[in-house]
Amino acid sequence: MNIHEYQAKRLFRDYGIAVPEGHQADTPEHAGQVVRELGGSGWVVKAQVHAGGRGKAGGVRLAHSHQEVLDFSRDMLGKRLVTAQTDSAGLPVEKLLIEKIYPIKSEFYLSVLVDRVSSRILFIASAAGGMDIEAVARETPERIISLQIHPAAGLQSYQCRKIAFALDLAGEQVKALEAIMRGMYQLLLAKDASQIEINPLILTEQGQLLALDAKINFDDNAVAAHPDILDMRDPGQEDQKENKALQYGLNYITLNGNIGCMVNGAGLAMATMDLVKLNGGAPANFLDVGGGTTPEKVAEAFKLILSDDKVKAVLINIFGGIVQCDIIARGILAAVKEVHVTVPVVVRLEGTNAEAGRQLLADSGLNLIAETDLATAAAQVVALAEVA
Amino acid sequence: MSILIDQHTKVICQGFTGKQGTFHSEQTLAYGTQLVGGVTPGRGGDTHLGLPVFDTVEDAVRQTGADATMIYVPPFYAADAILEAVDAGIRIIVCITEGIPVLHMLRVKAAMAGTDALLIGPNCPGVITPGQCKIGIMPGHIHLPGAIGIVSRSGTLTYEAVNQTTKQGLGQSTCVGIGGDPIHGMNFIDVLSRFQQDEQTRGIVMVGEIGGGEEEDAADYIKAHVTKPVVSYIAGQTAPPGKRMGHAGAIITGGKGTAAGKIAALKAAGIEVVNSPADIGVAMQGCFQ
Repeated sequence: MNIHEYQAKRLFRDYGIAVPEGHQADTPEHAGQVVRELGGSGWVVKAQVHAGGRGKAGGVRLAHSHQEVLDFSRDMLGKRLVTAQTDSAGLPVEKLLIEKIYPIKSEFYLSVLVDRVSSRILFIASAAGGMDIEAVARETPERIISLQIHPAAGLQSYQCRKIAFALDLAGEQVKALEAIMRGMYQLLLAKDASQIEINPLILTEQGQLLALDAKINFDDNAVAAHPDILDMRDPGQEDQKENKALQYGLNYITLNGNIGCMVNGAGLAMATMDLVKLNGGAPANFLDVGGGTTPEKVAEAFKLILSDDKVKAVLINIFGGIVQCDIIARGILAAVKEVHVTVPVVVRLEGTNAEAGRQLLADSGLNLIAETDLATAAAQVVALAEVA
Repeated sequence: MSILIDQHTKVICQGFTGKQGTFHSEQTLAYGTQLVGGVTPGRGGDTHLGLPVFDTVEDAVRQTGADATMIYVPPFYAADAILEAVDAGIRIIVCITEGIPVLHMLRVKAAMAGTDALLIGPNCPGVITPGQCKIGIMPGHIHLPGAIGIVSRSGTLTYEAVNQTTKQGLGQSTCVGIGGDPIHGMNFIDVLSRFQQDEQTRGIVMVGEIGGGEEEDAADYIKAHVTKPVVSYIAGQTAPPGKRMGHAGAIITGGKGTAAGKIAALKAAGIEVVNSPADIGVAMQGCFQ
């Protein structure tokens, strides 16, 4: 789960991580009030969306007068921001973060994450702040410092010093960096974050370390234990179909093709998408109805797929293990009768009671094409989508 | 021979009296697994499915001699269940549970370091030695005792590989689902090394997917240490970056963990990689002709 920058910075403050003075606003009037309260002579107005690349997309603007803050706020609020990381529709801007501007001496990168390779919490730092860290890692790996935290020992002071000295910090700044790293580590553990990223972390001309940006991702498996984090969720920033799918316990991801896919099991669902592509087609979605699915889930999944206008044909691929194929076939039939299906549907049933399931589909008199072979089914659905 | 489990393996179930535990314990018994009891805290002394229920794993081990466990407890309690099994001296711990917080698994891995216990999963279908012992949620009847070792991160894709090797008449020595979570127990190499040692196993199917780097590590290991034929399939060639594809571990981050990268690494190691999961059985058969 993702949250907005202004929410992440609120959490940063709670954990002693220094951030610029600022406040969120949801109307131009509110933005005007925020700058009056902040004082000073320069501010940054930042669109709050769940995507990176805001700067280049015009979602981060520097204002030097109250009037400019109002103008920029009117420009951004209520619009959609398209960045390199969003789709062409972009994301709605409903809130802005307005902060004071600080004179920057240097910019760093600092993040903490759960690393699957080492099964450890990992800090990553670089003096190349404010840049695409993946590009830095690729092109100049020597500019990246990473260190593992042992779960029993926790974060040690020497580790913080190691990063501080590598970033050429000195004196009080070394202690300030340790306070930031300790805050990040505690926040990750306390709220089950999977990654906390500060890019850039700035050193001001006055010698102050500040988190200029803040990005936090939370572990979806743990977020149920943190009602305060769940409250920060902004469904407006998320795919509506994906959210609807979650309510039914389905894993759904929107893609750009025209062949709807419904599969049980994540691995088989990915494999089915790949097969569609291999046959020259393009999947409209990833949809895993669960390894042990039910007729009800199948029916909901069917409705979800058909709610996408792009879908010209549907491929259902079920390997009946513990779940019996005849039961799944009944779920499909119930859904087909309930929703008006106008596109061709290819159903591949294999495994337990597959024969009985296929018979049920064949006898239904509905426009369903039953297949046993996975490769044939994929080729067939691609051909049908092309005709449609 | 087989790996990890055989007809002598004595199994208990943690979360025994729950809905999932009950259903899959029944299936496991029907397959002929030596299920010797189960654990549900507070229900010790009861009988369930004709078997004894214990309060603790320690009690269960002491009274039944169990050396394997299958865990069906809810995600927030699963780490506790795994570590209870480790503490009681269980050798093979199979955790089926999906949705365990990753920080829980990070602590479990650290706590298990230096112990002899082997963890399979979590978020996996389990492990089966056909005709002898089934620990998990896989449909037993599609399996056939035979020559192919199967190791996979995905449940239903494992069933595809099983079904095809059964139809080819090759059968399976042991099938291990290592699970779809980013931090998990046994990895590909842990299982591959055992298949290489196992006399019954003549060929190996390895099913991987996007995310992480374990397939790449396995490719290096196979090149250096595995002499048996290996057929591999990698799922997720069309998966968009940054999106979790159902499994918590199936995600491409920072350009790493792509299917293309894994396939290239496997091919460079001389491993046959099939483009379609439908070709796994035929490709494996082809290795013996």
